[in-house]
Amino acid sequence: MIETERLTRRYGQLTAVDALSIRAEPGQVLGLLGPNGAGKSTAMRMIAGFLAPSSGTARVCGHDVQRAPLAARRALGYLPEGAPSYGEMTVREFLVFIARMRKLTAEMGRRRFDEVVGWLQLEDVLDTGIDTLSKGLRRRVGLAQAILHDPPVLMLDEPTDGLDPNQKHTVRQLIDAMARERTILISTHLLEEVHALCNRVVIVARGRLLADATPAELEARSRYHGAVSFSAPGSGVSQEMLGRLPQVASIEVDPLDGRITVFPKPGARILEPVEQLLREQGLEVSEIQLERGRLDEVFRQITTAQDAAGASA
Amino acid sequence: MSPVSAVMRRELRSFFVTPMAYVFLVIFLVLAGILTFYTGDFYERGQADLQPFFVVHPWLYLILVPAITMRMWAEEAKGGTLELLLSLPLTLWQAMLGKFLAAWLFIGLALALTFPIWLTVNYLGAPDNGVIFASYLGSWLMAGSFVAIGACLSALTRSQVVAFVLTATVCVLLILAGQPQVLDFFSGALPRKLINALAYLSMLRHFEAIARGVLDLRDLAYFVLSTAGWLVAGVLLLELKRVR
Repeated sequence: MIETERLTRRYGQLTAVDALSIRAEPGQVLGLLGPNGAGKSTAMRMIAGFLAPSSGTARVCGHDVQRAPLAARRALGYLPEGAPSYGEMTVREFLVFIARMRKLTAEMGRRRFDEVVGWLQLEDVLDTGIDTLSKGLRRRVGLAQAILHDPPVLMLDEPTDGLDPNQKHTVRQLIDAMARERTILISTHLLEEVHALCNRVVIVARGRLLADATPAELEARSRYHGAVSFSAPGSGVSQEMLGRLPQVASIEVDPLDGRITVFPKPGARILEPVEQLLREQGLEVSEIQLERGRLDEVFRQITTAQDAAGASA
Repeated sequence: MSPVSAVMRRELRSFFVTPMAYVFLVIFLVLAGILTFYTGDFYERGQADLQPFFVVHPWLYLILVPAITMRMWAEEAKGGTLELLLSLPLTLWQAMLGKFLAAWLFIGLALALTFPIWLTVNYLGAPDNGVIFASYLGSWLMAGSFVAIGACLSALTRSQVVAFVLTATVCVLLILAGQPQVLDFFSGALPRKLINALAYLSMLRHFEAIARGVLDLRDLAYFVLSTAGWLVAGVLLLELKRVR
């Protein structure tokens, strides 16, 4: 479990993390989402014990990171931003070093080493210098380091940053597989990642917590939530007629591809009425889609509202 | 295995994966030889001892210890591995001690490899080997002080060059502090007590007796205490960086 209570970090005048209170439970993948420079990494560094909080507290599995730093760090596997590792070492040497630092017994060390190397498909590069590895492989080495001691709490700072789609998929599968009995906190600015991985999201900007919800709840805040969109090429779908439906609030046509989006009035369900209308009019519709809501739009809305407030203050 | 020895072993290994360690050893041995035989009048003195050899050690350490210690923290801070290291379950003390021991053992290895000089003097005459052993020990202790200075100042910056220059500067000041020229320079401006304190801080003053083979407890205490002091300062500096 990870808990922070009004966790704050100041650098001179700048407040990088501002009274951030979050909580991640076992079995949960909590996504820390925010624009670059929002304070995600700073918050993680405090939880990892690398930086001391200016005020507030953080606890890992109940261990206060300031008062019981070693117990907290023992419970935590941490992948810092950019997955730093000692470039002059080989993958094997590096993981052996981590195993020693984590005081794994010889037997446990060997078992975990084999498991982790297998999961992350590092067998072929075990005796290669880390400096010569590709970015994706280096990221995997960083992950291996973080999970080597089988920690109950895992904290990954932008785990898929800079990976190609296949590597991202592998890493996400791995995180998914580990999520069951662990607490996982990941930071990201990729919205697709939130969908793929997280069962809860905390949105942070300018160091402040702006939203704490499930991805579905966030999507529901989107004006696209419940909207119906379709393409009807070559047919003059009457916007007027759609607009006359009692449940419809507004209609937008994409100027590029002519795709029509129909927005519902609050709480109204419009898929069926729209479909029925199209059928009655005998209009050809190539496909029709019920929108879940767009996270990127909600994200922009939440984080830029904060910017505007900050600018006027 | 304790975190201290894990860090120490990692550091030692990292010395030897690059050619730097070998270059260092060769330069150390060549310089030690040249300075001893050419500027130290090793033969002309006609005495079977290693005093001319030990007298040059502070000057050798002045150049070579900063080269070893400059990367100690600066490189980790710059490469981001500091974040990795300090989020592992170890205290700042353990990290500092591991790194210090690695560099100090490495200097010890360099020192041990000067054994041909010892063989030479034994071949040429009958030196007092007890004295030579004591001087070696004293020299290694002094090297510890230099390494501790470098360890502390490397924690101050992300730049290895800055760490090198700072360490070399502090070391040269400490070597020269007790020289008559320096003391004369300050004698007009400072009270007598401060001058004495300044003279006491001098590395050379404490090492001169050791180079002659006299192990005075006060000289040993000076090196041990200054080593400990600089390491404490280094740990405080790291802690300060965490909080600031």
